[in-house]
Amino acid sequence: MELPRPRRDIELTLRVNGAERPLTLDARTTLLDALRDHLHLTGTKKGCELGQCGACTVLRDGRRIKACLTLAAMQAGAEIVTIEGLAADGALHPVQAAFVEHDGLQCGYCTPGQIMSAVALLREGRTGSDDEIREFMSGNLCRCGAYTNIVAAIRQAADRAA
Amino acid sequence: MSGSIGRPVSRVDGPAKVTGAARYAAEFAPVDVLHVALVGSTVPKGRIAALDTRAAQKAAGVRAVITHLNAPRLPYRPFDERPEVDPSVGEPLRVFQGPEVRFSGQPIAAVVADTLAQARHAAALVGVTYAAQAATTTFEGGRRRAPKAGGGETRRGAAVQALGNAAVTVDAVYVHPREHHNAMEPHATVALWEGERLTLWDKTQWVNNDAVEIAHVFGLPDDHVRVICPYVGGAFGSGLRTWPHVTIAALAARLVGRPVRVELTRRELYTSVGFRPHTEQRVALGARRDGRLTALIHEATAQTSAYEEHTEETLSPARVTYACPNVLTRYRLVEMDVNTPTHMRAPGVATGLFALECAMDELAVALDMDPLELRLANYAERNEEDDLPWSSKELRACYRMGAERFGWSRRAPAPRSMRAGAWLVGYGMATALYPAYRSEASASATVFADGTASVRSAASDMGPGTYTAMTQVAADVLELPLDRVRFELGDTALPKAPVHGGSITMASVGTAVQAACEAVRAKLGAANGRSYAEALREHGVDRMEATAHVEPGDESKRFSSWAFGALFAEVRVDVDLGIVRVPRIVGAYDVGRVVNPTTARSQCLGGMVGGLGMALLEQADWDPRFGRVMNANFAEYLVPVNADIGELQVLFAPGDDRRFNPLGAKGLAEIGLCGVAPAIANAVYHATGRRLRTLPITLEAVLV
Amino acid sequence: MVPFAYAAAASAPAAIRHVAQRRDAEFIAGGTDMLQLLQDGVRSPSELIDINRLPMTAIEVGPKGARLGALARMADVADDPRIRAEFPMVAEALLASASPQVRNMASIGGNLLQRTRCLYFRDVATPCNRRAPGTGCPALDGENRLNAILGGSVHCIATYPGDLAVALVALDADVHIDGTRGERTIPVERLHRVPGDAPHLETVLEPGDLITAVTIPAGAAARRSHYLKVRDRASFEFALASAAVGLEVDGGTIRAARVAVGGVATVPWRLRHVEEALVGRPLSADVIHEAARTSSDGAEPRGRNAFKVALLPRTVERALRTVGGLA
Repeated sequence: MELPRPRRDIELTLRVNGAERPLTLDARTTLLDALRDHLHLTGTKKGCELGQCGACTVLRDGRRIKACLTLAAMQAGAEIVTIEGLAADGALHPVQAAFVEHDGLQCGYCTPGQIMSAVALLREGRTGSDDEIREFMSGNLCRCGAYTNIVAAIRQAADRAA
Repeated sequence: MSGSIGRPVSRVDGPAKVTGAARYAAEFAPVDVLHVALVGSTVPKGRIAALDTRAAQKAAGVRAVITHLNAPRLPYRPFDERPEVDPSVGEPLRVFQGPEVRFSGQPIAAVVADTLAQARHAAALVGVTYAAQAATTTFEGGRRRAPKAGGGETRRGAAVQALGNAAVTVDAVYVHPREHHNAMEPHATVALWEGERLTLWDKTQWVNNDAVEIAHVFGLPDDHVRVICPYVGGAFGSGLRTWPHVTIAALAARLVGRPVRVELTRRELYTSVGFRPHTEQRVALGARRDGRLTALIHEATAQTSAYEEHTEETLSPARVTYACPNVLTRYRLVEMDVNTPTHMRAPGVATGLFALECAMDELAVALDMDPLELRLANYAERNEEDDLPWSSKELRACYRMGAERFGWSRRAPAPRSMRAGAWLVGYGMATALYPAYRSEASASATVFADGTASVRSAASDMGPGTYTAMTQVAADVLELPLDRVRFELGDTALPKAPVHGGSITMASVGTAVQAACEAVRAKLGAANGRSYAEALREHGVDRMEATAHVEPGDESKRFSSWAFGALFAEVRVDVDLGIVRVPRIVGAYDVGRVVNPTTARSQCLGGMVGGLGMALLEQADWDPRFGRVMNANFAEYLVPVNADIGELQVLFAPGDDRRFNPLGAKGLAEIGLCGVAPAIANAVYHATGRRLRTLPITLEAVLV
Repeated sequence: MVPFAYAAAASAPAAIRHVAQRRDAEFIAGGTDMLQLLQDGVRSPSELIDINRLPMTAIEVGPKGARLGALARMADVADDPRIRAEFPMVAEALLASASPQVRNMASIGGNLLQRTRCLYFRDVATPCNRRAPGTGCPALDGENRLNAILGGSVHCIATYPGDLAVALVALDADVHIDGTRGERTIPVERLHRVPGDAPHLETVLEPGDLITAVTIPAGAAARRSHYLKVRDRASFEFALASAAVGLEVDGGTIRAARVAVGGVATVPWRLRHVEEALVGRPLSADVIHEAARTSSDGAEPRGRNAFKVALLPRTVERALRTVGGLA
């Protein structure tokens, strides 16, 4: 099989929150910029663009990834879920509700990434202890320092899901 | 009163934030918005000798390359009185007005292009030749001088003589590095011109001042600039001033005739929005054998830039925290070729307390006295510096509550005497305090026939919960359920508010909201027993609005108002590997009336996390050869992660300071950072027997 | 980011031919380091060839050892119960790497090729012999807390940043490479080059070379193994020092020992002299102490990284005591 000719402009379809989104993008466009600037899904936050803060965490095929560390072109065909795709029929996802209930946020900027990470964490089954939650949530920085409440929110969501 | 004040109400903006609906500055996208990338200087001092923008101009998608060679001369109208957030001495950096380079990372060109990727690539193509000049890039190499703004020295009694005569003395130097706010949201500005009117969606802690400053830069009437900022993704002081990138956004939008967005990269943030200055402090304490302080000398030397004089309140704790007849403080500056430092959470006070509270711990050791007993022996019954009574002070209660919850009585006095398995265990404590300020503020309140109300002030909410607390205050005065009241902020179209900094928002805007709500009730006539719908019907209107402007009274002439706290930390140290962990922190606070225990607790928890970072992790790795912060990212500039945080407990002493303001709240946010680092440093001493006086306390200092 | 062209490869030979022929064409797999290098302007490829669709994700474990497809994700290898049982140090090294999100993205092959975190390498406004040959090495006398005390030269002291490769080197793992001249296999230990006078040549890979798999021999020392990572933060940080150690103990005597270290050297660094000091000796705290104390022999500290000279032997000793049941 020959290699398709490499192109600087890429036509692709992203599957985001269950919808097909055809796009023509500069090959350099990160998944994060595609979501924010092209699809206007600004719930996914840009904090560092270097994979060092976790604010851009989204789910790809059910697993958490950092949207700034991948090109949009590499995600053609993958199922992407962002914070906007979490609430069903206007009702908050249990993790979202737990974050509000436990005040697991302050400025709110890291919050969508924390929540997407937490949703994946529950699926990964990494909620055996508070220490395990802390370790496996350490890819998401929170400069306001809401960690204590984030752990409490995740603990509640895990207990209720059990 | 429906009595929501004092109740743990959930954040009213929580649902917007957890669903991604809350929009931050960079997320406002006017039609046809273009993208701006900046070119930063790579030398710390000199002149731009030559610029080659040809490749950048030819790059795909580029609309403009703006430099000092083609930028219009901007009016930069002088201020009659400078905004309080700007240094009073020096001149703010001007944008593209000349070839001078004052620090590495200074914006020297901007590229406007269709996409962010195009703009950034073209920015990398701009060729710059510098005529570099010898730069002052070391703290040691800079000239030490008194602040030109004055206030460099204060004296109470005769501290030098008293120190010489003291039975017991300690005298040591404490150092903390340049630290960065590193809020999660990068600073960003979206600019849109409509004729001579400019709208800015900007990340700022003070929309009103942002508008005024940009109006001055462009020579516009103040009311021609509107600034909108409904959400601030953290700032901690980085959003107090109006930084050059805001001007760049407005300038670029003007030149290309289209709206533009400037979004700083994480690396650019290290040179664009200020930082906590590297500071070296000497504290000398003299005491009687019974622990009573007889002399306190506190000297601080902090870095500032060569073009502006940033000073902070590093020495105010020395003057007020303890009873002491002889106090000398001396503040000095070192000018360096760096961007201007700025206020960062609990500016000066947190760092001054680090030195003072570590020195108190050293004195306790020298006296063979319990550190908490030493604090109690020197309890300040009034503000001795200003010779005023406190408007309220529940610090004794904080000490008691905190010590009890922490289990301070279990502390074995000798260093290295407590263990948990292979770990050395240390207990440390420190006092916290932060001045309570209040400023003039305005708010408006409107009630509608459907029984809802809308309350507004151009305030800000960078995370403490302004939206929520103001909604509570309004709901209580209006006697409405919380969900019938909507509070709007972050827009210069709303009644004017003071800066969202210094923990003044609750005391200032809260009081204005209270007054506006009382005013609208008064306008309607006492609503006792009548619904607003009935009252409005009687007035023949469908809504009623009132605006209130409130100013502080003479309370600050009669009383001294401060928030207080007592911090207790446990550390565990693996001396073989140099690892320090903090399994527990307990903080007990007197912040006056607590409007919302949930968000108030969150503020203090966050302060503990920030304080842990300050104690153990944070520092800019500064290379003086380049005048650059080398670890300008989130991988090597370390802020705490979730796994660093153990059990944090927050207690509030009962309080209600009506002498300070009608709401009784003293403000909190800054106080949360205070006292944490010294409590941890003192615990490290207790665990290891090693007194480490330089922050952060990293592995190499602990390894023995 | 420079403009580049992108294509997703469906077959390895075509991708290899293409990248070998095109100047500045590169493979991209997980992308977690590549995107950082692109954003920081450290790398400027003309083309990126996405290899994620190539069938190289399998994780196979048999009696002789494990074969990790180069495109297996770090998280999948770390979570594989067979890897956790047979090669604990590999699973632990992976779990100590980066963050859960990055581990879901990053590939095994790409992780081996992760570039240094040297502060000067990552800031294009400063000189760096590794990034821009001949410009100089500011780290020698600069902010070098993270830099190497072993394996450096007067041209470069950049630390190899990864964790996995340290464990693989300890276990005598091989890396399988497909290239224009066919397939070949080399020890992971020979993949990376010490900087010498050519720090920009980081590996022995040639243009177009594609890592296809890693194989790890099984054994008693692999089964009884441990990876210890010392850093400032409790998580999500590169190593200041790390040790991958394994012991085969029979009747109280150490029959085989594996010791490799990270965070301190320019390449994943095997400490054979420490292993030799252990083999044939009784398993005891004293024996471990005596062997581990030589871990920094030959170290050349330069300023801020001097603490690693003391830290490294303690890290090795702690890891050995842990795996020896003497912690």
